[in-house]
Amino acid sequence: MRRWVARAARHPLLWPLITLVLLCVFNAFFSPGFLHLEVRGDHLYGSIVDIFNRAAPLMLIALGMTLVIATRGIDISVGAVVAISAAIAAVLIGGTLVIKDGVPEYVARIPMPLALLAALGAALACGMWNGMLVARIGMQPIIATLILMVAGRGIAQLITNGQIITIYYQPFFFIGNGFLFGIPFSLYVVAAVLAALLVATRRTALGVFIAAVGINPTASRFAGLNARAIMFWMYAFCGLCAGIAGLIICSNVKSADGNNAGLLLELDAILAVTLGGTSLGGGRFSIVGSIIGALIIQTLTYTIYSIGVPPEVNLVVKSIVVFLVMLLQSPTFRAKVFRAGAPAKS
Amino acid sequence: MTAMPKFNLRYLPLAVTVSLFAVMFGLGSFFYAGFFSLQVFFNLLIDNAFLFIVAIGMTFVILSGGIDLSVGSVVALTTMVSASLVEQHHWNPCAVIALVLVMGSGFGFAMGCLIRFFDLQPFIVTLAGMFLARGLCYLISIDSISITAPFYEGISQYRIPIAGDNAISVGVVIALALLAAAIFLAHFTRFGRTVYAIGGNEQSAVLMGLAVGRTKILIYTFSGFCSALAGVVFTFYMLSGYGLHAQGMELDAIAAVVIGGTLLTGGVGYVAGTVFGVLILGVIQTLIMFDGSLSSWWTKIVIGLLLFVFCLMQRLFETRASKREGGFSAFAWLGRNPARAKP
Repeated sequence: MRRWVARAARHPLLWPLITLVLLCVFNAFFSPGFLHLEVRGDHLYGSIVDIFNRAAPLMLIALGMTLVIATRGIDISVGAVVAISAAIAAVLIGGTLVIKDGVPEYVARIPMPLALLAALGAALACGMWNGMLVARIGMQPIIATLILMVAGRGIAQLITNGQIITIYYQPFFFIGNGFLFGIPFSLYVVAAVLAALLVATRRTALGVFIAAVGINPTASRFAGLNARAIMFWMYAFCGLCAGIAGLIICSNVKSADGNNAGLLLELDAILAVTLGGTSLGGGRFSIVGSIIGALIIQTLTYTIYSIGVPPEVNLVVKSIVVFLVMLLQSPTFRAKVFRAGAPAKS
Repeated sequence: MTAMPKFNLRYLPLAVTVSLFAVMFGLGSFFYAGFFSLQVFFNLLIDNAFLFIVAIGMTFVILSGGIDLSVGSVVALTTMVSASLVEQHHWNPCAVIALVLVMGSGFGFAMGCLIRFFDLQPFIVTLAGMFLARGLCYLISIDSISITAPFYEGISQYRIPIAGDNAISVGVVIALALLAAAIFLAHFTRFGRTVYAIGGNEQSAVLMGLAVGRTKILIYTFSGFCSALAGVVFTFYMLSGYGLHAQGMELDAIAAVVIGGTLLTGGVGYVAGTVFGVLILGVIQTLIMFDGSLSSWWTKIVIGLLLFVFCLMQRLFETRASKREGGFSAFAWLGRNPARAKP
């Protein structure tokens, strides 16, 4: 029993989980009905479902970002990729009103699966572009992805012609608003990506490879790993995740805004990843942790709204959380603060 | 270190930047009537004075191998605090300007301390700083506060005539004064040499007995000061305070520094290059404005392309330089990211 407790106390997911549970307890206490779940029609309703549903895009991006950060990289272009993917989907699907057999019906400009494939393909291409710059040409990750962050918004606006494009095509709304077996459809997407990642990193050697590249790229290369290829595909995957998130966001708001879709999302994703216990220095990463991190951010937002604090405080709270987390993660800080107090305790 | 070819290589990015600006301005003059005039050039300065100031501070940060993402939001916070104090609390404008300058420097100082004392990555510290400053803006007000105080309006409209009908604004004078001070600081003081040394190799700088820690804090303090000063100039320019002001200005500033020929890995670059970097960004906007048929988003795409070309060029120089030094060429693709270079 004692050994079990000791092991749990050292588990990397302990602190993120405690944070999330504390937030939930706080909510359950201060906003009545927080834990209330109800089946209305065939949908599951409740604050918790809402939080999960709204966190879906962030969770997806955080998953991609985790792997990039695990290889000592960073991808600040995800917001722009979200905008590009949303813009392509919106322009290709569009939707026009057609009277068919006397029944008004909305028709997509090109078949929806093709449009979705095109959007995801573009997002993957964006990710591969980042990967090429970082892994092949050897640019610093921040700058390599900064290029796409600046240009990507321009490209998204170019695609939408600088306007907010509204979509009128019912089936597309299912991605962001639909329910399957009572649960939001977007959560199935997140679950699928999460499951695929867990299998790939836990059941195959990929997880070890990624950690090896993150801890020491040179050493991993000497150990026979194709470090460049691993980095390249992590960026590509991150782009793809951002693309899926873009589709969900676009479908949820039924429109695409090249200028504002996914704005500051990269910062939220980095925050989610750090909250989940992934080290920004690379090597140590936790996929489940990032999911918890994304949920913490969304719950925090929910809490701020529900207890009636003006939403403007949100950014200040977030920044304080980032400051605290990065201080706690810093070995120097822990050495200076905790070691100093440790001898007195024992 | 004294070999001639390397010396030339170091000046090459700067030369490319200056000639690119000349070519772009030349093309504009050739294709668009009324482009080739002193006032068009002065307008470049007037419309980008705040960007000059921010980019000069950013140059020092990047020269030391760091990065400061908080500059845009500190500019916004400065406009917000100025507008709020002047309009709603009726403070004396001079006191307000002094206060915001101290505030911006203090903000930078605090971030510098976090980076220095706890070995945190500048990227993540300044990212959190960016959140904090924007959040503080919204705490003051979520709406735009326009400024009607005569002092601000007077300075905003005041034009200093130069060479006949042409004129510059007060913001430009402030930017030029800061530029002179920054060039002096970078090339003629111990602080400047230490900045270059830290960017070149931080461990060597420590071993040489340079005041690395103190200089690091000062660099971020200076960047914070520049952001606040840019915020003051921005307030003159916009005559309002707003939490959404200067969104993405950190990216413009970084782009200007990179296009100006400063190596992102630190240690190589010139403040003068940054000036031309900002001028190039300004010329792109002016060209697109003169053309009239191109939409504003082309600005972003062209800036992205330029960034790409300049980063690629930098990588080529670096790879070649490390090959000449020998031994490390096999790892050239790893980049000289200081975080990676740690043994």
